[in-house]
Amino acid sequence: MAHAETHDPNTPLEYRSETGRLNILGFWIFLGAEIALFATLFATYMVLEHRIADGPSPGELFEVKSLLIQTFLLLTSSFTCGLAVHEMRRQNVKGLITWMAITLGLGLGFLYFEIEEFLHFIHEGANIGTSAAWSGFFVLVGTHGAHVTFGIFWVTMVLIQVAKRGLTPATSAKVFITSLYWHFLDVVWIFIFTAVYLMGMVMHNG
Amino acid sequence: MANKTVANEHHGFPWKHLIGFVLSIVLTLFALWIALETDLSMTWILIIIFGFAFLQAALQLLMFMHVTENSTKSNLTSRVQIGNILFAAFVAIVIVIGSVWVMAAGHAKHDKHQHSPKTENHENHGGGSEHDSGEHGSHE
Repeated sequence: MAHAETHDPNTPLEYRSETGRLNILGFWIFLGAEIALFATLFATYMVLEHRIADGPSPGELFEVKSLLIQTFLLLTSSFTCGLAVHEMRRQNVKGLITWMAITLGLGLGFLYFEIEEFLHFIHEGANIGTSAAWSGFFVLVGTHGAHVTFGIFWVTMVLIQVAKRGLTPATSAKVFITSLYWHFLDVVWIFIFTAVYLMGMVMHNG
Repeated sequence: MANKTVANEHHGFPWKHLIGFVLSIVLTLFALWIALETDLSMTWILIIIFGFAFLQAALQLLMFMHVTENSTKSNLTSRVQIGNILFAAFVAIVIVIGSVWVMAAGHAKHDKHQHSPKTENHENHGGGSEHDSGEHGSHE
């Protein structure tokens, strides 16, 4: 247990227990596996993106405005999530909960615009069964959206625990791990932004 | 070095986060501009926007996720974390580039079964190739 260990007073709380340290390290390993998972979905989409059968091409339906709104919501949420951890390391529970609540709000906003965009695509005649390209698109982007949805529930529950138990080596490690997860979702989005949306629009224009 | 980072950064203003955030926005907008507003060739656009994407991913890992952070004096955890993420990135690049190269980059012209009378009855994906860009599905 933690009482047997001596620490530099500057060691962040989440690294003070053996369990906290191992959970954080283990979560990094898990993120490596998530990278491989998303790589297979990216590969599937990029192989199939020209197979549009009789439907519209993805690049034809992508819109810059909707893309930018989603990108900035998620990017900003990653930033506010970082600020939340920064506040946690200053033992500021209120700051942590405030920034994390803002993060969740931005995440919900992202989901709203993503679902609206999906509905727009479906309205334009591109659903998951329209063509191989659109199947690949909805599975890749939908898997990311599902991760965001899961993240919102997860962060909410961890925050409830922090509010009840305060900052301990256990709760702070949980907050830190959810923050890694949230930043990771932004990293995946950067590649969706580039490989799916930008490339789709470039190929449609050129 | 990394140990010092852990110890010092949780006091004062979060400069690292702010710089990471501003750079991310700049890279995002610049990538969008390169992709949609310039007349560069497709190859150059791809190189630049993917370069920016990897740069921005690195920013997230370094500025927000503290991937170099250590929980031990021996730097072991940061080395495991960085090594694992780099290996995962390598696996991802091999999967994506390998798949695209094998399945899409010009090899589709060997995809003869689209015109083979034998398989015509139960193959229904010929429609895609008409819309393909030049290098794909060129017919003999």
